[in-house]
Amino acid sequence: MTPAVLIQNLQKRYGTVEAVKDVSFQIEPGEIFGLLGPNGAGKTTTLRALCTLTTPDAGKIEISGISALTNPKAARQRLGYVAQEVALDKVLTGRELLRLGAALYHLPGKVAKQRIEMVLDLLGLQEYADKKTGTYSGGIRKRLDLAAGLLHSPDVLVLDEPTVGLDIESRFVVWDFLRKLRSAGTTVLITSHYLEEVDALADRVAIIDRGLVIAQGTPTELKDKVGGDRITLRIREFSPIDEAETAKTLLQSLPFVQEAIINSAQGNSLNLVVKAQTDALIVIQQALVQASLPIFGIAQSRPSLDDVYLAATGKTLMDAELAAASSRDLKAERKQNMK
Amino acid sequence: MSSTITPSKPDNWQQIAAPRVYATANPNFWGELVQETLALTQRLFIQLQRRPSTLIAGLIQPVMWLVLFGALFQNVPQGFFGNSHSYGQFLGAGVIVFTAFAGALNSGLPVMFDREFGFLNRLLVAPLASRFSIVLASAIFIISQSLLQAAVIVAGSAFLGAGLPNATGLATIALIVFLLALGVTAISLGLAFALPGHIELIAVIFVTNLPLLFASTALVPLSFMPQWLQVVASLNPLSYAIEPIRYLYLHNDWDLNSLVMAAPWGNVTFGAALLVLFGFATVALLSIQPLLKRGLA
Repeated sequence: MTPAVLIQNLQKRYGTVEAVKDVSFQIEPGEIFGLLGPNGAGKTTTLRALCTLTTPDAGKIEISGISALTNPKAARQRLGYVAQEVALDKVLTGRELLRLGAALYHLPGKVAKQRIEMVLDLLGLQEYADKKTGTYSGGIRKRLDLAAGLLHSPDVLVLDEPTVGLDIESRFVVWDFLRKLRSAGTTVLITSHYLEEVDALADRVAIIDRGLVIAQGTPTELKDKVGGDRITLRIREFSPIDEAETAKTLLQSLPFVQEAIINSAQGNSLNLVVKAQTDALIVIQQALVQASLPIFGIAQSRPSLDDVYLAATGKTLMDAELAAASSRDLKAERKQNMK
Repeated sequence: MSSTITPSKPDNWQQIAAPRVYATANPNFWGELVQETLALTQRLFIQLQRRPSTLIAGLIQPVMWLVLFGALFQNVPQGFFGNSHSYGQFLGAGVIVFTAFAGALNSGLPVMFDREFGFLNRLLVAPLASRFSIVLASAIFIISQSLLQAAVIVAGSAFLGAGLPNATGLATIALIVFLLALGVTAISLGLAFALPGHIELIAVIFVTNLPLLFASTALVPLSFMPQWLQVVASLNPLSYAIEPIRYLYLHNDWDLNSLVMAAPWGNVTFGAALLVLFGFATVALLSIQPLLKRGLA
């Protein structure tokens, strides 16, 4: 089957900055694909190249088998792009904006009318449709943007950070929407620097860091590859350090415990990496009881995508985020995004 | 906002995902170009209708020019400004041209704001037949606005006693306004894609606007100026728009061979002035092609 999106060895540099060094991934029709990475990793540049807003220095981009580089118009027809920042004309009403969008995609008048009503219905926008977009709240603006992206039935809907800056409720609306869209058969590509978002939504994920894809697969595959389970253990709500040390030494002697760290930021709780096995919690509990140590709380979890990121880069996503934030040149980025 | 989306009919979801139903295999280039250009132009007119303040100001300002500036030189002896009966009559042509010029010079600003707010990206990800429809829409909008302003000034001048040219004369004024606005709009749109932001564009507009007015024959005839300024004014496209209009205001019997301006290097006929304007518009349109290609590629 022709992949919905094929990106091969994509490269893009802005001046001396290599925004995208080498990015390749492939999206199958009908799946939600997540591009996860800290800010400044090259996600947006990749999307802009895919949506023909920027010409890559090298690489191959295909949408449903059509090259975005040699046949951009046909590629644009098959894509819906929802940018990170919603750019609406404040003076137009929602319906007028959709009409403009329909004309730009050359929908015939009758079809346009029908499609506009359909997307307004789907996104619950009818009551706002004839109000100026300048009066909309952030969530409504985003919904209108999603509606505009869908007008022409794109093969692939591309969303750059679809929930950044949205309140929790609006975020769930977007999630719900994307899931429904997938079940209707549309391919969806989202970027995000929210782990939970990608974990909850994406069928497959590419983790991207400093312009390179560092891991790729289903979230489960990626987490399995990192291996082991995570156990968080609290001896007391706030354990004294010597007690935590005792427990650490004790637990490290257990055969299935691979790593143990004392997390002083959380009342000296213990973070363990253990081989995935079913009775880990029971064995740990028994060991603690035998050593007359109390247990305030204990929880087992699968590794998160953050652990995947940590394993691949040696830093957490949050750290990367902070490091990226301090080294960013916002002015230069703004310029890149301006056409 | 409500926490769930309630679709009216569940099968809408299937329809929304129906792949590529509307992507025509054999697109009709001209049909698509007309459709997208009309839609983009309509957007500008809706904006104007909901925010008419710039248009209203653009209509009041030239009338103020006529009334106030006209009064300033009211007591000048008759015949001082060539054949004009009054300075007001002399000034009318200058105000028509200057108003069209100033409006066209600002035409890049909305495009610049679209760039800055990311709205332009929305247009650029769409499968436009040609991205020049974006430029075309701005030009259509600005030129319509200039023609409307010119009509108001012509009516205002008539009311103030400058007389009213005949139908051919009015059509010629429209043609001149069209050519000048087209050229200046092209330059302004080119700048909107070449300059980094609206601050820079406003700066350019600021330094071009009034100097070009003063270095033209809008306010005084060429013969009033020192030699060097005559040279500058005779290079200024505004003069080539002003002088023919002024001539047809003052003469009932004009044709393409009428002498409208005595430039330092020779006399300029009505027809030659029109040719200069035509050349100006053509050169402006051609010279911005690389800028637009870069901005819209």
